[in-house]
Amino acid sequence: MADTPDETIEESSELAEVPEPEMFGCPMTDSRGQLVLHVDRDRYLDVAKQLADEGYAMCVDLTAVDYSEHMERPLPSSVTAERFEVVVNLLDITHRRRIRLRVQLPEGDAKVATLFDLHPGTEAMEREVFDMFGIKFDGHPDPSRILMPEDWNGYPLRKDFQVGTIPVQFKGAAS
Amino acid sequence: MTLISDEGAQELRPRSELTASELLREVASVLRLSEAEAAKLGDLPEDPDEDQTMVINMGPSHPSTHGVLRLMLELQGETVLRCKPIIGYLHTGMEKTGEQLTFMQGGTNVTRMDYASPLNNELVFSMATEKLLGIDGDIPERAQWMRMLLSELNRMSSHLLFMATNGMDLGAVSMMIYGWREREEVLRFFQKVTGLRMNHNFVRPGGLAADLPPGWRDDVLRILDMLPERLEEYDTLMTGQPIWRERLQGVGVITPSEALALGATGPILRSTGVEWDLRRHDPYLRYDEVEFDLIVGSYGDAFDRYAIRLNEIRESMRIVRQILDLMPEGDYRIQDKKVTPPPRARIDESMEALIHHFKIFTEGFKVPEGEVYVAIESPRGEIGCYIASDGSPTPYRMHVRAPSFVNIQCLPHMMRSGLVADAVAVISSVDPVLGEVDR
Repeated sequence: MADTPDETIEESSELAEVPEPEMFGCPMTDSRGQLVLHVDRDRYLDVAKQLADEGYAMCVDLTAVDYSEHMERPLPSSVTAERFEVVVNLLDITHRRRIRLRVQLPEGDAKVATLFDLHPGTEAMEREVFDMFGIKFDGHPDPSRILMPEDWNGYPLRKDFQVGTIPVQFKGAAS
Repeated sequence: MTLISDEGAQELRPRSELTASELLREVASVLRLSEAEAAKLGDLPEDPDEDQTMVINMGPSHPSTHGVLRLMLELQGETVLRCKPIIGYLHTGMEKTGEQLTFMQGGTNVTRMDYASPLNNELVFSMATEKLLGIDGDIPERAQWMRMLLSELNRMSSHLLFMATNGMDLGAVSMMIYGWREREEVLRFFQKVTGLRMNHNFVRPGGLAADLPPGWRDDVLRILDMLPERLEEYDTLMTGQPIWRERLQGVGVITPSEALALGATGPILRSTGVEWDLRRHDPYLRYDEVEFDLIVGSYGDAFDRYAIRLNEIRESMRIVRQILDLMPEGDYRIQDKKVTPPPRARIDESMEALIHHFKIFTEGFKVPEGEVYVAIESPRGEIGCYIASDGSPTPYRMHVRAPSFVNIQCLPHMMRSGLVADAVAVISSVDPVLGEVDR
C-alpha cells in the first residue's frame, strides 16, 4: 500500500537486473504494488481459465485503453505495444488478492476471445468496450451497442474521435 | 411477433430468431451454455403460444425504474418469461470528459456518476490519483478519518434513499417521505461541511478541500441521536409487517454462485450469504481500526437486501460514533507543494504563492506515467477507478467500474418466472443509480 516513489524506482531497477518474472509463461510486472500480467491475445482465454482455477473466480472489471497517442508506454521487453489494450481486473475473494490482465490488440484486427463463457458478468462490460472502442469479442452472445444508440457512427472513446464534432440538430426549431 | 423500433438489435428478439443456448440464457435458466450442450439437453422450455405472450416496455420513463432504465419484458399473463434491461439513456460520455479534465478537476466529473453517493466516487478517484502520484501513504491522519466520516455518512444517506424508494415502489408511500426526510438531515450536514447537498467535489487528490466546520461534532451527534428512533419506526412500518414480508420474501432470489459469476457486489452479493465487504476484506482508509459487523443475508431475496441495507445504516452509525472519538487533530490535506494549492491567506502576501495557485488551477499537476485500479466499497458494491496516465496533468484514460452497471445484469435472473409486480420489487432491491450505469 505505502510505496513511496523511491521504492518504485528501486523495484524497477531490480526488475531490470533479474530475468523478467512470469506467470503461466506471460511476463508479469508490478504497477504501484499491483500485479499485472501481460497476456498474449492467443493465450488470453487459456490464462484466464488457469487463473480462475487458481482462485481468481470473479471478473470485477473489463475495460480497454486506446494508446494511439501514447505508444511508447513502458512494457516488458517481450511485449509489443499495439494500439488497443484490453484490461481485465480479476478478484480472488478467498485469498483476497487481485490481478490485472493486459492484452495488446493491433489496430487493424482489434478482436479478442470473449470471457463470457468463463465469467458471464463480463457480458455488459464487453458490450461497453465494443461500443466505445470497436473492439470485437469473439463468441460474445449479444454483440450490440450498449450505451450509444444503435445507429451511432464511430467509437467515442477512441482517441481520434474528437469531442464537439457532432453537429447538433434541433428538431422543429425555426431556423 | 414483430418488434418495430429504430434501435433494432439492442432489444429483446423474437423467440423464433434465437438459438437454443440463447433462449436458455434469456429465460435465465442458465448463465452460460454452449450451443452443443444446449442441443444435448433436448427439453427446452416450450415456446408459449404467440397469442398468449406480449412484449412490453417498462420504462425508460417509469417511476419504478429509478431513472431511465428500460426493461423489455416478455409476459404471459402476469408472469415475466424473459427480461432484457436496455440502458444508455443517460449516457453523457463521462469517461471521455474525464480525459479532458485535469486530475484536479476530475472530482467534479466523477462525483456526478453515482449521484446518491457522490463522496464515495470522489474518494475512489482521489485514491487512484494518489496511488499514481505515490503519495497514498502520506495522506495525513485527519484527512483519512474525515474521509471515513463522510464516506460512512454518505452510505447512510444512500441507504436512507433506498428505504424511501423501496417503500414507494412497493406501495408504502409514507415511507418515501420518511426516508427523504432522514436523508435530508444528512445532506444538511454535507451542505454545512462542503457547501453543497450533492456533487460536492470535496474529497480531492491529496486530502480534502477544507477542514470540518466548527460545531460539526454536535451536528453529527444530532443525526446519530435522531436516527435510531426513526429506524425503529421503519421496523414498525415495514420490517415486521406481513404485507411487506409477503411482497419481498422469496422474491428475486439469486444464488451465491450466480451472484459471483455475474460480478455482483455489495448488498446483492452479501444477501446470498457471501461475506465480502472491501471495508473488511481489503481495508482502505482506517477501516481496520474501527469495529463493525458485516451484515450478511441467507436467502438472497429482496427481503434480505432490504434488511441488509437497513442494518448497514446501523453499522455505519456505529462506525461514525467511533470516528467521533478517534478523529485526530492535524492537517486535512497533504502539504506537498506539487498537489496542494497554497492557503488562501498566503496568496495576498506572496507573489510565489499566487503563481503557484494559478499554475495548479490552470495547468494542474503532472502525474507520473503508469496505470492503477483502486476499488472501495460504495453503498452499491465495489466501485473501482482505473486510471492510465501518460505523465501529463490529465488522465490518459479514466474508467470507473460502476457497481450498478454490473449489478443490473442480475435483473433477468432475479425476475425469472416472477410476476410483473415483483419485477418492481426486484429493480428496487438492486437499487441501481442510472447516472452510474450509463455514465
